Amino acid sequence: MTSEISNPVKRLDFDEKINGSIRYTADMELPNGLFAKTLRSEHAYAQIINITTPSLPDGYFIITSKDIPHNNTIPVVENDWPIFAEEEVHYIGEPILLIVGPDIQMIENLMDQTIIEYAPFKPTLTLKEAMQNPPHLELSYTKGDFDHTTLKVLDKFEETFETGLQEQAYLETQSMMAIYEAPVIKVYGSMQCPYYIKDALQNALAFSPENIEVYQNPTGGGFGGKEDFPSVLGVHTALAAIKSGHPVKMIYDRSEDLSYTTKRHPCKIKLTTYFDENHHLVAREADIILDSGAYTGLTNVVLQRLSFSIMGVYNITPLHVSARAYKTHKPPNGAFRGFGGPQAFFAIESHMNHIASRLGVNPLDLRNAYLVKQGDMTSTEGKFRHPVKLPELVWRMETMSDYRNHFAESEEYAGVGISLFLHGCGFTGSGEKELLKSKVSLAKFEDGTVEIKASSTEIGQGSLTTLSKIVAQALEIPIDKVIHKLPSTANCPDSGPTVASRTTMIVGKILYDLCGEVKKRWNEPRFEVSAMYKYPSDLFWNNTELKGDAYPEYAWGANVVRVTFNPVTYEVDVKDIWAVYDIGTPIDSKMVKGQIDGGIVQGLGYASMEEMNHIAGKVLQNRLSTYIIPCSADFPEIKSATLFNPFEEGPFGARGLGELTLVGIAPAYAAAVEQATGVKVNALPITPERLRRLIHEQRK
Amino acid sequence: MNSENEFSILFNLNGDEIHYLGDPTRRLLNVLREDYHLTGVKEGCGEGECGACAILVDGHLYNSCLMMPYQINHKSVLTIEGFRDSKRFEIISRAFEAAGAVQCGFCTPGMVMATEALLRKNPHPLRDEIASFMSGNLCRCTGYDMIIKAVMIASEAGDGLW
Ligand code: FES
Ligand code: FES
Repeated sequence: MTSEISNPVKRLDFDEKINGSIRYTADMELPNGLFAKTLRSEHAYAQIINITTPSLPDGYFIITSKDIPHNNTIPVVENDWPIFAEEEVHYIGEPILLIVGPDIQMIENLMDQTIIEYAPFKPTLTLKEAMQNPPHLELSYTKGDFDHTTLKVLDKFEETFETGLQEQAYLETQSMMAIYEAPVIKVYGSMQCPYYIKDALQNALAFSPENIEVYQNPTGGGFGGKEDFPSVLGVHTALAAIKSGHPVKMIYDRSEDLSYTTKRHPCKIKLTTYFDENHHLVAREADIILDSGAYTGLTNVVLQRLSFSIMGVYNITPLHVSARAYKTHKPPNGAFRGFGGPQAFFAIESHMNHIASRLGVNPLDLRNAYLVKQGDMTSTEGKFRHPVKLPELVWRMETMSDYRNHFAESEEYAGVGISLFLHGCGFTGSGEKELLKSKVSLAKFEDGTVEIKASSTEIGQGSLTTLSKIVAQALEIPIDKVIHKLPSTANCPDSGPTVASRTTMIVGKILYDLCGEVKKRWNEPRFEVSAMYKYPSDLFWNNTELKGDAYPEYAWGANVVRVTFNPVTYEVDVKDIWAVYDIGTPIDSKMVKGQIDGGIVQGLGYASMEEMNHIAGKVLQNRLSTYIIPCSADFPEIKSATLFNPFEEGPFGARGLGELTLVGIAPAYAAAVEQATGVKVNALPITPERLRRLIHEQRK
Repeated sequence: MNSENEFSILFNLNGDEIHYLGDPTRRLLNVLREDYHLTGVKEGCGEGECGACAILVDGHLYNSCLMMPYQINHKSVLTIEGFRDSKRFEIISRAFEAAGAVQCGFCTPGMVMATEALLRKNPHPLRDEIASFMSGNLCRCTGYDMIIKAVMIASEAGDGLW
């Protein structure tokens, strides 16, 4: 069943994208412009003793921390991330200074002639080493009454899971440019969150807010990688533009982008499940460890989302969760689609499979016995307030994929795996209420057109189109009467960052509600109205005790993957992929399919091939020929469906979607590989090399 | 060769006869973007892995980031800018729209050129043939299926054009 809003429309940016006329930052001409390049640390942990710079030809400049008028920090959650390293460097690749000038070749020569003397310290490179010191972040919470002494006598099953780094690998690398027209600094570039960059500029420059303008340029993908990191380039180019008096452009090359930008946090999760004498699962414990890299960045929010997701879709209470994050001397990790969810669901879903095999029951039967229902407590003792259609989701998946038959009759070297998962839509905790306070405006003009003003960015997901569609349909006007351009802080109020699967559900909802007001005043020739997000009044959140509704709403999914395994090459071949989601009303079926296919393939990359390691603090896979992402020949067509379950608080019934699609595919893949190979796989990515090792170890 | 690092190269670029006089070892990608302002040719990796810089040289698909001007001497180069007014582009464009094959758009010009190159060679490719031909063009947004479908739609709608 679908609603009218689900019928696909042509993307507003389609024509300029298909004919190549759209200009990304690297394509834009900048009259009198200069280029900036970053000179980076060669040591993972060292003191900077001395910097010798070459004499600069005319028109060339060096920018260091001394050129920062105010704070030398990138404000994310904590202020521990420097714009330029000053006295010490904390990872290989940390920015020390910029060289700016008209010719890139000359800039590179000047970089070669710049000599940095270091006094190296012993770096902390692995989680194991880091754990010898206290964590820099820590949290714990308990759901229900978790009493160690009663649990101690019970049977238990304990295992540990590990996941690695994942790089967003947006096809357009980080790109930014800045123009200084005193007293105003204008920054333009590839980004998800214009207001984050504005905050970062204000923190570094101490300019008054009206003298800072941030504009989104067409953006070639983000996936979280352009949430916090573009603030670095924003401040760098701004400092260079102010000092040089010229417009300045900075484009990372692929190797720089792969090596030094934020990635998905590597993680280690220990899960313990307790059983009563009837083999019922009666309690669960999770211990979570994250590698933050050198600076905090968004790690505390990732740690929260991961910890809150670890209950999975199961009501197994009590649940006790403790989580810690440690700093290592590697580039800071950050946001990536799913934001802790993929790590949590790989662990919890794999754990469920391993329990099923210990108990000798079907993995789906085990899951079905513990599914959460409407009215049940969430992990943090909030409430699943709306209909939870997990049984329908499972039934739909079973009929679509014929999972049970595949599982029961699996041939040698073939396997099938299932996963069930959720994703909290919107900011974690009271973020939507206290931090973001999202605001949007609608302007109506004499000619009957309406302009959307919101800082939400178009990063490929189609938000320009979906938000326009919501407004057009709510006002009952044709979509070509709605104007929606790439945002800037100069023209749009802060509707919050484009993250956390919140744009359609939250920003779309404020717009939808605001349309009511526009309709009432429709006969006035020209006016502008604004509104803020109304946090549902029955939600509560206590951030000290981590109790309450961690998210305004949840979206749900089920995946099944079928594979075959080649025992000679250790290669896995994916034969079928099925996916069913409850995302409320799909706002545009084509855009939804784009999110499903894209998220699943990115998640399968995470599960099977995307591997990034550091040796002595230096990244090994610094090219797309060594950091392998999926290509068109890797996976078969994805068969997907959505349930009909409109969300009463979302615009036209929509929930969040963008991240959900990546969250659950890895454990389904892992389960299929386990059945096909007969070995247990507790770590990602499952490369042929890892399988070969596991098969040799486990056959001994 | 006129001076030490100047070189005279004649080639056809999007229908125009071009006389390039310059460094024969610059990356063709830069020559196209910087000298001729053909910014539909994108740089995604600079090392032949992503296909964002794909162009046709005498009808065959090449990554311009791995080429140098001397390699196109007396050849014919087609970029998205020279292709976008054609009937075949029109068919491909409509097919990409119908299939929903465009998201962030950064891979798109390369995908369009790859589609043209494939259909010139094989006007009615099977799904697997498309998937393997396009495997040098990376897309991080779509998961590829919608692009593969777009090629199939174009192949059908443009029957007789290729
Ligand atoms: S830029 Fe040429 S293949 Fe990637
Ligand atoms: S549409 Fe974004 S990389 Fe293909």
